[in-house]
Amino acid sequence: MIPGLGALTQDTLWCFSQLKGTVEIGATEADIISTVEFNHTGELLATGDKGGRVVIFQREQESKNQVHRRGEYNVYSTFQSHEPEFDYLKSLEIEEKINKIRWLPQQNAAYFLLSTNDKTVKLWKVSERDKRPEGYNLKDEEGRLRDPATITTLRVPVLRPMDLMVEATPRRVFANAHTYHINSISVNSDYETYMSADDLRINLWNFEITNQSFNIVDIKPANMEELTEVITAAEFHPHHCNTFVYSSSKGTIRLCDMRAPALCDRHTKFFEEPEDPSNRSFFSEIISSISDVKFSHSGRYIMTRDYLTVKVWDLNMENRPIETYQVHDYLRSKLCSLYENDCIFDKFECVWNGSDSVIMTGSYNNFFRMFDRNTKRDVTLEASRENSKPRAILKPRKVCVGGKRRKDEISVDSLDFSKKILHTAWHPSENIIAVAATNNLYIFQDKVN
Amino acid sequence: MFARGLKRKCSEEEAPADPLQRQSLLDMSLVKLQLCHMLAEPNLCRSVLIANTVRQIQEEMTQDGSWCLPGPQTAGRLPRDRLVSTEILCRSARAGPPQAPDPADLASALQAVPAIQVPGAVPAGPWGRAGPGESRGGFPRSLDQVFETLESHSPGAVEELFSDVDGPYYDLDAVLTGMVGGAKSGPEGLETFASAAARPPGTGCKADLGELDHVVEILVET
Repeated sequence: MIPGLGALTQDTLWCFSQLKGTVEIGATEADIISTVEFNHTGELLATGDKGGRVVIFQREQESKNQVHRRGEYNVYSTFQSHEPEFDYLKSLEIEEKINKIRWLPQQNAAYFLLSTNDKTVKLWKVSERDKRPEGYNLKDEEGRLRDPATITTLRVPVLRPMDLMVEATPRRVFANAHTYHINSISVNSDYETYMSADDLRINLWNFEITNQSFNIVDIKPANMEELTEVITAAEFHPHHCNTFVYSSSKGTIRLCDMRAPALCDRHTKFFEEPEDPSNRSFFSEIISSISDVKFSHSGRYIMTRDYLTVKVWDLNMENRPIETYQVHDYLRSKLCSLYENDCIFDKFECVWNGSDSVIMTGSYNNFFRMFDRNTKRDVTLEASRENSKPRAILKPRKVCVGGKRRKDEISVDSLDFSKKILHTAWHPSENIIAVAATNNLYIFQDKVN
Repeated sequence: MFARGLKRKCSEEEAPADPLQRQSLLDMSLVKLQLCHMLAEPNLCRSVLIANTVRQIQEEMTQDGSWCLPGPQTAGRLPRDRLVSTEILCRSARAGPPQAPDPADLASALQAVPAIQVPGAVPAGPWGRAGPGESRGGFPRSLDQVFETLESHSPGAVEELFSDVDGPYYDLDAVLTGMVGGAKSGPEGLETFASAAARPPGTGCKADLGELDHVVEILVET
């Protein structure tokens, strides 16, 4: 096993590393984390919350003295990305909740990320300032203007060191292009364009142009009464800048090629698994609705998450997925109750590890699951304060589905459905994962021997 | 109460199979759709999924023949009330201030299946709907309202509908949409939903009626 590639063999043990977030007593709904994303090197980890704030953590440089403690993540920058707005035309409030954050690859000293709420996408520049100019001619040290009559000599301002300051500035605001709620943003591999997808439309943007976007998918029917399907997620191919996929509430995935006709309503490929007639119920469609779609790093596969499963699809095979993993099949007999309390509409995300060999997704009771695609082994872990001692090894959890419950197992009826892990992220090259549990962010690492 | 009954019936099954369970599921779905109208930001995906579920149930009921009800005099109280409740909810949302339903309107509503005629008294409301001549059916119309509302939200009608509703109705709201994430002392389980959904004692409501019947009572009386 090559270290760092993340194969989930018997040797991989996950340990608690850090816990970020507010303490339970002071937590408000605004603190609920709504998105988590590592940047392309894994040096930075961004979270967005319901209150419209973005918090960026930076990994500290590893020190030779503490070999057993890989670099920890510390707060690097915090800023208010989106504010609540009011749509006067519809008399509706627009939530400031950050739905998604996507990083741009680093091209200079500054970092750039896209953050979006339901309606508006913003490009933020995060840069460091550790020097400041001193010795202005026209201003004194406090910034007050000097009387020109008193200036008798000229000098060149010099840069002097100052305490490190990290600034976040909004560089672009991409607004007024979405009637419906934005659910996805995806940066294109050309690094010049990106797309934003709402329930019915997908728009293509150029980073430099904010007052125009190009509509590339529109599934809005002429008559809204005929609406039966919405777009749930969308993503660009990691290498082919002309290719993207989008998923629907009917459990289908469409792959589109932008070199084809301008409006990509007609797909190039259509992925759908035939329905299992023995499992058919009134809830079949709802649980087939795809909540997340992600390309593998290789670009050869796509992974989709629906309510009960994670599926891996080969781009070359449209009629069924090549792999299906049961996340929490014990909920299948509880769908009626889960429909009643709306849990059945929860949108879980899914992620690949750096080598595409392991996939991860969240569940209830603060459980999250990992599936090794090679060994076919899976594990259930829990993000809880009880397991939050430094370097404490996470013990695998098990849900008891019936009959006798063993000592460490938890029964289905004891699961806490208010504790749901919807958002997780995996470091691009190492076995470091970030798990958002309501208002807390857990960082776990694999055990370094 | 509503929640507990439903749980008892379908706790071990994937989905309700018998007509009563199916009817309960239909009612719950319609209430969820109506509640969507009230939220600051109606979730289109959720509305579409619920609406599709309603259509599916409706289709099955039509195939079964259980959609056709006998005349109003002989109809059992339970199914008739449920049908009435949805018609009233939809009609009130369309027309503005809720009107006491005319018995003749109810009779015609129940008789014409599946194309339930919109009672003539209803003007073209804020949604800009056409008159009865263009009605295409009761349930499809209610789904129409959902999407029309989401397109051109007119808060006046819906807010007026629910503005005078007393406390227990908001409990129902909490039951159906806000259960998860509510402040509870212990871990939430599926068991606790039933108990939380039960009416708090002493609210002065009629404990005999189902939740939906109570809603109908409130709407008719205001």
